[in-house]
Amino acid sequence: MPRREAAAVAAAALLLVVVLPICNALPASSALHVSDFRLNLFGKFLAYAILALGLDLLWGYAGVLSLGHGVFFGLGAYAMGMHLMLEIGAKSVYQSALPDFMVWNQVKELPLFWRPFYSDVFTLVAIVVVPGLVALAFGFLAFRSRIRGVYFSIITQALALSAWLVFNRNEMRLGGTNGLADFKTIFGFPLNQPSTQRGLYAVTALALLVAYLVCRWITGSRAGKVLVAIRDSETRVLFSGYSPARYKLFVFVVSAVLAGVAGALYAPQVGIITPAKIGVLPSIEMVVWVAAGGRGTLVGAVAGAFGVNWMQSWLTTSYPDVWLLFLGGLFMGVVLFFPDGLVGAVARAFGGMGRLTRGASFTATPTESARSRGPSSTGHPRPEPVARPPLQ
Amino acid sequence: MTSTGSIIYLEDVTVSYDGFKALSRLNFYMDRRELRVVIGPNGAGKTTLLDVISGRAKPEHGRVIFGDHTDLTTLRENDIAGLGIGRKFQTPSVFVNLSVWDNVELSLKRASKGVFAALLERDAGGERERIAATLSTVGLEDKATLMAGALSHGEKQWLEIGMVIAQDPELLLVDEPVAGMTDEETARTGELLESIAVDRSVLVIEHDMEFVRQIARKVTVLHQGTVLCEGPVDQVQTDPRVLEVYIGRRRETADARG
Repeated sequence: MPRREAAAVAAAALLLVVVLPICNALPASSALHVSDFRLNLFGKFLAYAILALGLDLLWGYAGVLSLGHGVFFGLGAYAMGMHLMLEIGAKSVYQSALPDFMVWNQVKELPLFWRPFYSDVFTLVAIVVVPGLVALAFGFLAFRSRIRGVYFSIITQALALSAWLVFNRNEMRLGGTNGLADFKTIFGFPLNQPSTQRGLYAVTALALLVAYLVCRWITGSRAGKVLVAIRDSETRVLFSGYSPARYKLFVFVVSAVLAGVAGALYAPQVGIITPAKIGVLPSIEMVVWVAAGGRGTLVGAVAGAFGVNWMQSWLTTSYPDVWLLFLGGLFMGVVLFFPDGLVGAVARAFGGMGRLTRGASFTATPTESARSRGPSSTGHPRPEPVARPPLQ
Repeated sequence: MTSTGSIIYLEDVTVSYDGFKALSRLNFYMDRRELRVVIGPNGAGKTTLLDVISGRAKPEHGRVIFGDHTDLTTLRENDIAGLGIGRKFQTPSVFVNLSVWDNVELSLKRASKGVFAALLERDAGGERERIAATLSTVGLEDKATLMAGALSHGEKQWLEIGMVIAQDPELLLVDEPVAGMTDEETARTGELLESIAVDRSVLVIEHDMEFVRQIARKVTVLHQGTVLCEGPVDQVQTDPRVLEVYIGRRRETADARG
């Protein structure tokens, strides 16, 4: 990692992991005070950013567009949610050891698949392993059959739809449409305490930092170059002796795990997880975050997840009617005017496109990449060298 | 392995697409360190021949033997590439969002091209020298840091040839390398292929008869998925069967040469 990037990451990490929680702990009278509400909101955005990183690795680098990442987010969130439901115990409305929704659905006994979620360790493992295994199985079948491009996107969308249908069913014993809610404690810490929420926020910010470093490590390795190569010419990769299917499966699983972790951090901070978060629509929204922030940059994914959701929380409180129009307009605007997203637009404005974007120029020094981008600065219409998959 | 004997041997190979026989009971044989040119009219099965050898098309009948005894018909493309068969496509197929250097780096022959090796391995010994040597072979040493997408058409073709050489293959399959090139680029490409054929086997598909005359020692003429005739370029050119198949094309070539 170049020194300037390392410094920027360290500064951002310091701000998010250390400074913000301290500001939150300050008395409300202080000018630097950050309210519990705002910190909680940021915690949610940071969880989304973790998911966006994985999606960017998959789409921005390998060119594989998944329209089903809500499913993996949901698997992580439900795994955490199930544990939190069991932690409630007899403190629930019906004062039964069973979760409330089971009582009113007349379930007499805790279903077998719920039982391991009593264990903290099992839950933490499941958050990573369940989305990972589902992605492994699904991706194995899809990539082995050489399903790619728009066809892959469509079947991931089908996955999101079917998962949504399944999670909505009361017979699944997962709370049906109402999902899982009314959590009281997490690993013994009361969720209504600001200190617990602050801790959750800090863990989320730390998880985002780790996720960023892992993704950056992948994109900086030769495997990262193979991913970009797959986006450019999968056939050439294949005939160069690599198995594109294995590389795509690898990033698909990594991105699913990141989505699961994001979901698990989301559930306790928001206090509820329902099937509405795992369907087709939320999955597409996730793609919009990455597109708006800028694909193939990692930083753009984080900025997009943060920015779009901040905008959403502002618009839905101030102008609730225009949010969906805005979201649609944003997506069209990005496709038509800013195909490189926010990061691309900013970088272009400062003339440093080659350094920041595409994840392609890892090894090129700034002067080298400036030279390679030369024709654009001389005013000639440079043919776009980026054989990027169209935003579908 | 001995240095004599065949590098590639196709026996009785049939490939069909929806009932159309692209290759029909084809027998084809190439010596080690041979530079062979395959010509033939459109639809003769030239590209399918490369597809069968490189694993892209699976024959419904017949055997494809690489080296002494490796049957390629059950292997996948990336495994065949790993065995030492490199393929250059007709339209340039390079990684436009990677630098010229990275394009060659990814193509280098390695013990493992798996995900975890690619994640963990850093520059193995001598890698930089091998990349630099490959780039100078194809004349792109000054463009190493450019994005491959910024290269001209001819340079992309050379880069792809370089990428195939970097795989250190025993057999190179080259599909119409000079299509769309200027005369000067064509001549350079011919010299490049001849220098490669000094210690490797090269199978070239070509339409451009002038180019064929420049590089060919032995020519195979395909027609309707099977070998029509084979021999030195002068002999093939005067073969009455070839003249018949090529009658229209021959006049075109003559006109073009003026």
